[in-house]
Amino acid sequence: MSAPSSLPIVRVRDLVRRFTIKGVLDGVDLEIRRGEFVALLGRSGCGKSTLLRAIARLDHEATGSGDIVAPQNLSVVFQDARLLPWKRVLDNVILGLADRDARERGQKALAEVELGGREQSWPAELSGGEQQRVALARSLVREPELLLADEPFGALDALTRIRMHVLLKRLVQAHSPAVLLVTHDVDEAIELADRIVVLEQGKVAADIPVALPAAGTERAEAFAALRRELLARLGVQPTEARPAA
Amino acid sequence: MNAYSRVAEPAAPFELPPQGLGVSALAEPPAPAKTQPHRRLGIGAADPLGWLLGPAILLLGWTIGSFTGWLDSRILPAPWATIAAANELIADGRLQANLAVSAWRATQGLALGSSIGLTLAIASGLTLAGGYLIDGAVQMKRAVPILALIPLLIIWFGIGETMKVSVIALAVFTPIYLNTHAALRGIETRYVELAETLGLSRKAFLTEVVLPGALPGFLLGLRFAVASSWLALVVVEQMNATSGIGYMINLARVYAETDVIVVGLLVYAILGLASDTAVRALERRALSWRRTLAR
Repeated sequence: MSAPSSLPIVRVRDLVRRFTIKGVLDGVDLEIRRGEFVALLGRSGCGKSTLLRAIARLDHEATGSGDIVAPQNLSVVFQDARLLPWKRVLDNVILGLADRDARERGQKALAEVELGGREQSWPAELSGGEQQRVALARSLVREPELLLADEPFGALDALTRIRMHVLLKRLVQAHSPAVLLVTHDVDEAIELADRIVVLEQGKVAADIPVALPAAGTERAEAFAALRRELLARLGVQPTEARPAA
Repeated sequence: MNAYSRVAEPAAPFELPPQGLGVSALAEPPAPAKTQPHRRLGIGAADPLGWLLGPAILLLGWTIGSFTGWLDSRILPAPWATIAAANELIADGRLQANLAVSAWRATQGLALGSSIGLTLAIASGLTLAGGYLIDGAVQMKRAVPILALIPLLIIWFGIGETMKVSVIALAVFTPIYLNTHAALRGIETRYVELAETLGLSRKAFLTEVVLPGALPGFLLGLRFAVASSWLALVVVEQMNATSGIGYMINLARVYAETDVIVVGLLVYAILGLASDTAVRALERRALSWRRTLAR
């Protein structure tokens, strides 16, 4: 993975959001460096989606205070693939792109998510995992500096999710955007992120770098230790936690 | 059945509840659960020509009734008399001429009413100011039956073609407006958010997201509108008209030509069915992206 440079491209200062549907934020500070993969972990209602939506500038109705600096060129992957059902797959990918080579780039992005040849399908003809891959292609074709993903694999089955993890890792390596991944899946966060930020009741409760050894039993042990730590942070008792995969 | 009972018999003592079984239940051995298929709750696949059964029975009853003389020909002429009357009307060109006039009126009214309905729905569905200005007024208009407006329209436009087309347009306009407006306002927020995060321009948002998203609503409105246009046509052609299918029917009433009246009614039925089929075909083509229950 390309080494994250020290330059922050997202800077959130003392962000406060009140009375939003999903949660409140109560003074959040967060920085994401160029090319860095940050997982935002927390229980339901802790405000992680609220933070993502604030950075994505989707919280028109929210009231609050604080500063957000984020790149113009950002892209969002939602939990639902959010494809327009009346547009074919390729037209969904290049939606809103006016450049002459958009179709060509869209085809390339679809090939990257292993959907080459499905350009002319309707979204309704694809499986859930395939639809989410189209959504990934739609984000990547814009070459975003920042990719915001709001529980993108939450609606997928366990096997598809593992395949999506591998795919996302590869795509992030190839395009090196900064990523903010909102999830409640501890394993997913450890597997994918460079750094894990735990949000609790609208505040940053922990900010933990993920530095696992490359492979072998050492990695497995470090993985399990980090997993225990994070679960404890999230208030899951050791007896409740199932053993690490 | 006998062989079946014999096989089931040995199991019976174990399966029977200790008491409370009626005689009929004892006579019927309990069927083995494994082989029994689930009760089917759906209605199954329809035969494409199945809908013809009802009309065919009606036609048969009509023929028999006329043949036996049970149906007085002054009340309902025999099918063959109706066909003869239709042939005669076609031979002297009356049917074609009146049909052309009626179809032209309906087409004009449909085109005018749809354009107005669509324009107002877009203005009122996509802007707050348009909604405030237009929607309440249209809802009021909707509460007034279209037939009640005819006296006013006669005073405004006279009894000529303008009045007739206006009545049809007014009848058409309401369903187009209501369904298109509801569809426009019903575009899901998640698609609006998507358009925002993709940085779509206002124009692209309208042409790529909003209008295609509202197309199903418009087409549903169009189906209602086509039905309304024929209804309005029948009404205006029976008042002060000098041409058209409705005039032909009205004239036949004066001369007690029941067969001509029946021919006119059949023409209306065929027109209505044909136009509805055409709109449905258009719907299937335009909305081929949908995977619905009834394909």
